[in-house]
Amino acid sequence: MADSRDEPLVLGIETSCDETGVGIVRGTTLLADAIASSVDEHARFGGVVPEVASRAHLEAMVPTIDRALKEAGVSARDLDGIAVTAGPGLAGALLVGVSAAKAYAYALGKPLYGVNHLASHICVDQLEHGALPEPTMALLVSGGHSSLLLSSDITSDVRPMGATIDDAAGEAFDKIARVLNLGFPGGPVIDRYAREGDPAAIAFPRGLTGPRDPAYDFSFSGLKTAVARWIEAKRAAGEEVPVRDVAASFQEAVVDVLTRKAVRACKDEGVDHLMIGGGVAANSRLRALAQERCEAAGIRLRVPRPKLCTDNGAMVAALGAEMVARGRPASSWDLSADSSLPVTDTHVPGQDHDHVHEVSKENLYS
Amino acid sequence: MLLLALDTATPAVTVALHDGTDVIASSSQVDARRHGELLLPAVDRVLAEAGVRLDAVTDIVVGIGPGPYTGLRVGLMTADTFGIALGVPVHGVCTLDGLAYAADIEKGPFVVATDARRKEVYWARYADSRTRLTDPAVDRPADIADQVAGLPAVGAGALLYPDAFPSAHEPEHVSAAALAGLAAEKLAAGEELPAPRPLYLRRPDAQVPKNYKVVTPK
Ligand SMILES: [Zn+2]
Repeated sequence: MADSRDEPLVLGIETSCDETGVGIVRGTTLLADAIASSVDEHARFGGVVPEVASRAHLEAMVPTIDRALKEAGVSARDLDGIAVTAGPGLAGALLVGVSAAKAYAYALGKPLYGVNHLASHICVDQLEHGALPEPTMALLVSGGHSSLLLSSDITSDVRPMGATIDDAAGEAFDKIARVLNLGFPGGPVIDRYAREGDPAAIAFPRGLTGPRDPAYDFSFSGLKTAVARWIEAKRAAGEEVPVRDVAASFQEAVVDVLTRKAVRACKDEGVDHLMIGGGVAANSRLRALAQERCEAAGIRLRVPRPKLCTDNGAMVAALGAEMVARGRPASSWDLSADSSLPVTDTHVPGQDHDHVHEVSKENLYS
Repeated sequence: MLLLALDTATPAVTVALHDGTDVIASSSQVDARRHGELLLPAVDRVLAEAGVRLDAVTDIVVGIGPGPYTGLRVGLMTADTFGIALGVPVHGVCTLDGLAYAADIEKGPFVVATDARRKEVYWARYADSRTRLTDPAVDRPADIADQVAGLPAVGAGALLYPDAFPSAHEPEHVSAAALAGLAAEKLAAGEELPAPRPLYLRRPDAQVPKNYKVVTPK
């Protein structure tokens, strides 16, 4: 076995939404996963306020880098590279992380790797279960994403199979929690109430599951509206809303569609591994149902522990380490934060000429 | 003493290297939309022109605004991170003070105003190029007309609103060279410079955008 010290030591920075994450990995070994979150500051608005998130990233960055280095017990001088989420995400928030990563890499004389947030969500599983099988089918579900992705090499080839055509799955959780007056974020609290409810109590619709619907795309907007209407009708009739049953039935509708489509994609593509990532992967019912259906279909399920599923710096470091290990080109010092970086761009390699990311301009400084 | 100064609080992305007496090298580019892309290459160019490496720098000086937030944070985050990576102090300088210093006015009073967008200006009043009389503020030009009436004014905010600032003139944007010069004077005099924390002057827009967090490409 190779000495693990030969494996790349990489620090990763993540600021695409409301978590300031700094992680350090050596190859596929997690050394540190430091997080500062501004989630409490957003709670009263019922969603992430971009400017609040950006301000919090600026304040949290240096202490979080310090914490990660201490936790890992390594010196910044020994790093082999600095990785950072270049996109997709909130433009202003991304820019704080990209600025920090550039300055850190430049000052330390290390290569910089601007990487894709979604590919990082997949790659993080290497820290839990070892090298990713190739190919891997990945179901990413969070407040920001609901995608089904197929990757044969996480540093260079991620193919979108399907995605939500309206809301992300996590958004639906937040919205329903708000309608039920359960607070923000909605995921954990719905999960908790659902455990004591009957998932078959109310038959909520399963979006895009008709015979002529796209096989791998998702839609949660109709479900969201149906659940909200059902609750409002109860209230209008002066009846008590059975919160536990509503939570369980709503959650079942979401995870039923997610797992059904993910398993189908694996079968259709002949892929025998499914990984699930993103904040909603922490949902206990999603994990249980995915396990059940994967077992029945002969598919190996890989779900990282909840802390690695939500946004964090370790996932960025994990992908950065893989970039170093596979000799992918580093990014240049004019790396942009790209709020709509396509999922197929696993990283943003440097260009010889001075190039501009036209896409990010509008969002960045409006 | 070798100061690296940078400012991204105005449309200018500006970097300068200062040895405590003189500016050794500098760069200024005006592009309000590309602070994030332009700053690091500019630092690299300035250092290369001076023939020094970043680790020779003894102090970082950064403009703390006020200025449009997204751009402002690029400079501050870069300065903060240089500071921990190099283990050197990071000093803040009010961006309006840098502009006042660059204006080189020995006898005021005069006004510095920069563009705060949304039809407002960031501004302060000065007795001379080194002495600020009021805290930086953000206002509509019409609302401060009586406070700035008859005073010469510098900065893009003044040039943009001739009704409120009829005698507006250059400089339009801050330069890191001026920022460094001012910081060098103050440090030599044993004065304490402000912490490198942003002057936003406005509360964040507490608006959750529709389709917040939706980052998956369609
Ligand atoms: Zn994410």
